[in-house]
Amino acid sequence: MGKFLKIAATGAVMLGLMCGTAAYAQEIVVGLITKTEGNPFFVKMREGAQAKADELGIELRTFAGKFDGDNDSQIAAIENLIASGAKGFAIVPSDSSAIVPTIQQARDAGLLVIVLDTPLDPIDAADATFATDNRQAGRLIGEWAKGTLGDAAATAKIAMLDLAVNQPTVDYLRDQGFMEGFGIDVKDANKYGDEDDARICGHEMTGGAEDGGRTAMETLLQKCPDINVVYTINEPSAAGAYEALKAIGKDDGSVLIVSVDGGCPGVANVKDGVIGATSQQYPLLMASMAMEAIKKFAETGEKPAVTAGLNFFDTGAALITDKPVDGVESIDTAKGAELCWG
Amino acid sequence: MSDDAAGSATADKGLANATHGVASFDEERPGLVRRLQAFLHTYPTAIPFIVLVVGVAIFSVAAGSKFFAPFNLSLVLQQVTIIGVLGIAQTLIILTAGIDLSVGAIMILSSIVMGRLSVTAGVPVEISFVLGIGTGILCGFINGILVALVKLPPFIVTLGTWSIYGAMIIFISNSETIRSQDISAIAPMLQWMGARVALGGGAILTAGSMVMILIAATVWYVLNRTAFGRHIYATGDDPEAARLAGINTTWTLVGVYTLAGFICALASWVLIGRVGAVSPLGSQTANLDSITAVVIGGTSLFGGRGSIVGTLLGALIVGMFRNGLALAGVDVLWQEFAVGALIIIAVTTDQWIRKISA
Repeated sequence: MGKFLKIAATGAVMLGLMCGTAAYAQEIVVGLITKTEGNPFFVKMREGAQAKADELGIELRTFAGKFDGDNDSQIAAIENLIASGAKGFAIVPSDSSAIVPTIQQARDAGLLVIVLDTPLDPIDAADATFATDNRQAGRLIGEWAKGTLGDAAATAKIAMLDLAVNQPTVDYLRDQGFMEGFGIDVKDANKYGDEDDARICGHEMTGGAEDGGRTAMETLLQKCPDINVVYTINEPSAAGAYEALKAIGKDDGSVLIVSVDGGCPGVANVKDGVIGATSQQYPLLMASMAMEAIKKFAETGEKPAVTAGLNFFDTGAALITDKPVDGVESIDTAKGAELCWG
Repeated sequence: MSDDAAGSATADKGLANATHGVASFDEERPGLVRRLQAFLHTYPTAIPFIVLVVGVAIFSVAAGSKFFAPFNLSLVLQQVTIIGVLGIAQTLIILTAGIDLSVGAIMILSSIVMGRLSVTAGVPVEISFVLGIGTGILCGFINGILVALVKLPPFIVTLGTWSIYGAMIIFISNSETIRSQDISAIAPMLQWMGARVALGGGAILTAGSMVMILIAATVWYVLNRTAFGRHIYATGDDPEAARLAGINTTWTLVGVYTLAGFICALASWVLIGRVGAVSPLGSQTANLDSITAVVIGGTSLFGGRGSIVGTLLGALIVGMFRNGLALAGVDVLWQEFAVGALIIIAVTTDQWIRKISA
């Protein structure tokens, strides 16, 4: 058994070395590191990067963590890329501060590091950040919910279904953006849970998935049976919250659910009235732009620029709803379905 | 050891006072503790039951009428149903002194097979369902073969298959979620477990919860009233002695892992009923949560001792703590803290009870 394993392992390594040197000797090597393979957002990102890399004639190596928050796998991936002589890579950090020292190592080794989707902490630890303006994405759904309720917004009861206890950047940016859009005093704009507005029923964590969304919604409904606005971190958790509402017969449109992401199932849920409005983001664009930027850097040494007024490049967010509100720009679900991912 | 130390300390004390005989003093005090130890050894579900009752009492005061209401208590039952079903599977495995880290992955994989085949591929829902259940059985069987025939440690086997089944989840699902609305239009049978029955007073019982109780009752019967069940306990308690007594421990183990796989597949049906959608995300901690339920329920990680009722109580305790603390307005991180403390207390108690047989 042991002997067989050894021979097999040696064989596999040799085969890998042969393929590696023969096929890709002259190409520019770039990397893409995402959080997990299970999330369609990152799968779409990988597909977008692969298509662009093929078009540009560069060699793409992709990596992903085992679960959301898996920092160790991402460190190993960066080390692999440095060792393999990559010119640069794009990464969606699982832990926006713990990964910083490793990213610094890569930059010291001359690689261009582009962060996608989730900014680093501090954001300038990367050469560039291509991301959705998550605060703006939150503001859009907040403004829409406020506009839809009209005068009733002053007496609304709001459930906040967030991502995780440690409040990763994307989590607090969307949450606080929503509150700003709705007209709630957010106190510390980079932290949720410190607000004293009586309209907020409470914050519960969903883990960004359906089962967590349902349990979180049930808990908040127990606290405040009169909830009529539900903010959700993403569309899977929104779908879970809707199941909780359905179970008590509140799926009649009396409760507004808003979300962020713009995945295809999410857009379909907006069309079916499960979700009132969602802010759509564009992972494919982030990934393909990163591939172009790294190639350009490899050839000319030029680094990408940022959007005016922000410290990152905003890849945009669009509000998707079939019930538009005056003063809040939006697109309908037909258009959203064309642009959706996953 | 600590018993001996305490015993000699009391003995010394007794000699110093010298009014009573050493022997009689010795008998009285450790006797009480011993009797409690013996009682808990005979009735291992007593502790989780007491914790549950005390917990309900405390939260009824701390969180008020919102907690102690028929609807809310039935909600806790709904929320723990999935972990409860997985916990039953996990109990079977832990009774054989094993562990199964892949229960959550088997559940998700079965649900993905059911959902993908029926909604995406257009296979009739009955066939998709059977294939989904079959997937769970197969996964459990593979675990069993690797543990019993190839004789690898269960922790390592299921650590490996957890990854493998996880990869299959991504491969088969293509990382796509199947929406609740699509399932109810094309394959409503998959959502049957979400059906609800009003019990009166606001309490709601879901089909999923009833299935959980049904599975628990069946497994309880198998464990306590059939030869196979007694073989499971015997194999877990002392595999060598069981083998010498004529029990085929190898196929008992294969049977246990396969049965656990089947129960995980049933859990996937319950999961779709509750969540509505079929999603490759989510239930990331289900495997560990199921172990938590088993441990808090008083089943020994060393095998051979424990019960299905204890596991259901364990799952309810965790659900009750999360619900009660949330309603009392306690931050989420303290809910995690409380669950962690419960695990430590449960295992410590188990270690202490185990000494009686030593």
